[in-house]
Amino acid sequence: MNLAVRDIRHSLGRFVLTTIGVGMLLMVVMGMGGIYRGLVDDALVVTRGVGADLWVVQQSTRGPFAEVSRLPRRVVDRVAAVPGVTDAREFVFHTIQREHRGKPLRMGVLGLGWPTDKGEGLPMVAGRVLAQNHYEMIADESLGLALGERLRLGKDTYTVVGVTSAMVSSGGDGIACFTSRDAQAIQFDEPGESVRLERQARRVRAGEIDFGRTQPSVLDRASGSSRAIVALPGPAVSAVIARLMPGADTDAVLRTFEGWSDITVYSAAQQEDLLLKGSVDRARRQILLFRVLLTIISAVIMALIIYTLTLDKLHPIALLKLIGAPNHVIVGLIMQQSLIMGALAYGVAYLIGQQLFPLFPRRVLVAGDDLLRLGAIVLVISVLASLLGIWKAMRVAPNEAIG
Amino acid sequence: MNDTLALQADGLTKVYGSGHTEVVAMRDASMRVRRGEITALLGPSGAGKSTFLLCVGLINPPTSGRVAIGGRPVLDGPRALVDLRRFRRENIGFVFQKSNLIPFLNAVENVQVVGELIGHPPPVARRRAIELLDALGVGARASNRSTQLSGGEQQRVTVARALANQPSLILADEPTAALDSVRGRQVMELFRDVAHQHGTGVIVVTHDQRALDVFDAIYQMEDGVLARAPALAQSECR
Ligand SMILES: Nc1ncnc2c1ncn2[C@@H]1O[C@H](COP(=O)(O)OP(=O)(O)O)[C@@H](O)[C@H]1O
Ligand SMILES: [Mg+2]
Repeated sequence: MNLAVRDIRHSLGRFVLTTIGVGMLLMVVMGMGGIYRGLVDDALVVTRGVGADLWVVQQSTRGPFAEVSRLPRRVVDRVAAVPGVTDAREFVFHTIQREHRGKPLRMGVLGLGWPTDKGEGLPMVAGRVLAQNHYEMIADESLGLALGERLRLGKDTYTVVGVTSAMVSSGGDGIACFTSRDAQAIQFDEPGESVRLERQARRVRAGEIDFGRTQPSVLDRASGSSRAIVALPGPAVSAVIARLMPGADTDAVLRTFEGWSDITVYSAAQQEDLLLKGSVDRARRQILLFRVLLTIISAVIMALIIYTLTLDKLHPIALLKLIGAPNHVIVGLIMQQSLIMGALAYGVAYLIGQQLFPLFPRRVLVAGDDLLRLGAIVLVISVLASLLGIWKAMRVAPNEAIG
Repeated sequence: MNDTLALQADGLTKVYGSGHTEVVAMRDASMRVRRGEITALLGPSGAGKSTFLLCVGLINPPTSGRVAIGGRPVLDGPRALVDLRRFRRENIGFVFQKSNLIPFLNAVENVQVVGELIGHPPPVARRRAIELLDALGVGARASNRSTQLSGGEQQRVTVARALANQPSLILADEPTAALDSVRGRQVMELFRDVAHQHGTGVIVVTHDQRALDVFDAIYQMEDGVLARAPALAQSECR
């Protein structure tokens, strides 16, 4: 005969209400853990999405995610020439916010290394990968773009040919993948008027220096396309990403780069580490502290209610002692109630969370490991919560049952 | 030690408090109860009757004196010679003035719990509990909680619980105080039958002079002094 269950039935209302309350708190604890996991996962989506083995950034910066990094574009060719590297390209990722169908559309623009990377590695749920060098995009489902939908970005129109899921930037915006050329075109899009004005200004600047006056052809060039002016560098890139040949020794390749004094190179693992230790780390600690607080609050609430439930049955406990019940029966009565409350609250947390978390604007990732860990924590706080009640019960003398 | 004795209490003295607040609730009290014998304990309020029962019931040990139950020495002054709680569980049954049922258990569970405490498997403990309730005429109320039972029914369930561990000694402190005289007498007769049929020693503290004829022996307590009432008085009562 289980005394704990029978006593719970006796004060069912209070027990159930408290359990639901504690369950909601645990749900928040669970959800906050999920938010953190979501953050981490989202932060890694871009780095994993581009499938780079190496990240080449400006010397002694921690770019391109943690801080600004600028590299001349020709680093791409230098990196590509290093033994062990299959291909290298510029890393293009930026966020844009445009109007679409009358609503603001924020998206992360990620450049894929066409033609070696057409998007095969992406978590596709519909459509296909990129099939041509231009004017196609693969959009995340969170952007709400349909297959075949056309989107004007800058001077060109892009067609959605594929849809992915869970491709979200660390800011929570859905990511759209383009060839890296298109992605750059979107990034550096300039209106025609601005280009004309710049050419005009360039001509004026060239006219003001000796070189311009003595070399008339320079004045002609200045009014033309930027590309035709050899002396001017192309737009800098934030990072160069490279892939290694299968079976290549990452450390050996990294050693080659050590001699280059204009860049710093990170392996994929190091880059992820930078991401997580940098921007996400403070969020992680912030969330962790909230979780600790909420867990303590849950434990205190449980302890109080188990304590009052115990106060309510001090007389029966004294009676049990009087008729000779050993202490473990009484400890069991109280601790089992606490454990039952903890277990049910955990169940409540899980069930409500399952319904609620998908409705949240950002990803709440409740993973198996975290569930297990929270389960263990609930077990511990259930035991701790029962201690106050047990302490009280142990101090009851059997003769308090009489009189 | 004599193992035909359910209870042998020798020279029990109980002092509550100390110094200025000292109360000598019981002085050199001795009693012998044979197996199968039912004994009444009479006396005015505050005489020390409950103190005596709590001492021999191993709940509140005496300041000095010795207690043996079922031939086994259990207390030497305040010193326990056995695990008192375990000894209570296995050898003593209690009935008190106010019904003392566990409110979150129903009638049969209140009895069953004792059987389980002494190690009977739940089905066995339950079967025995139902038998006891039937024997005491409250079998029909087995699944009622104590709040749904009348005072007399509650007291019967308590008696059933006191019997569930087949004790060698039953201690009852004014068990009929809350009952009318007819029900009170029924409970007293119940105790007598239990004593005679099961060979249990029974001590009943009572104020009820009308039911004294059911007892085999009568003790009187006054100002903490316990004395066996003269045989003459007993035969008069019969
Ligand atoms: N726990 C206690 N502390 C101090 N005095 C007590 C305590 N219990 C009983 N007494 C005193 O001991 C005396 C006997 O009490 P009790 O045994 O309850 O008498 P009875 O049961 O015959 O009415 C009374 O004077 C009572 O006040
Ligand atoms: Mg009394």
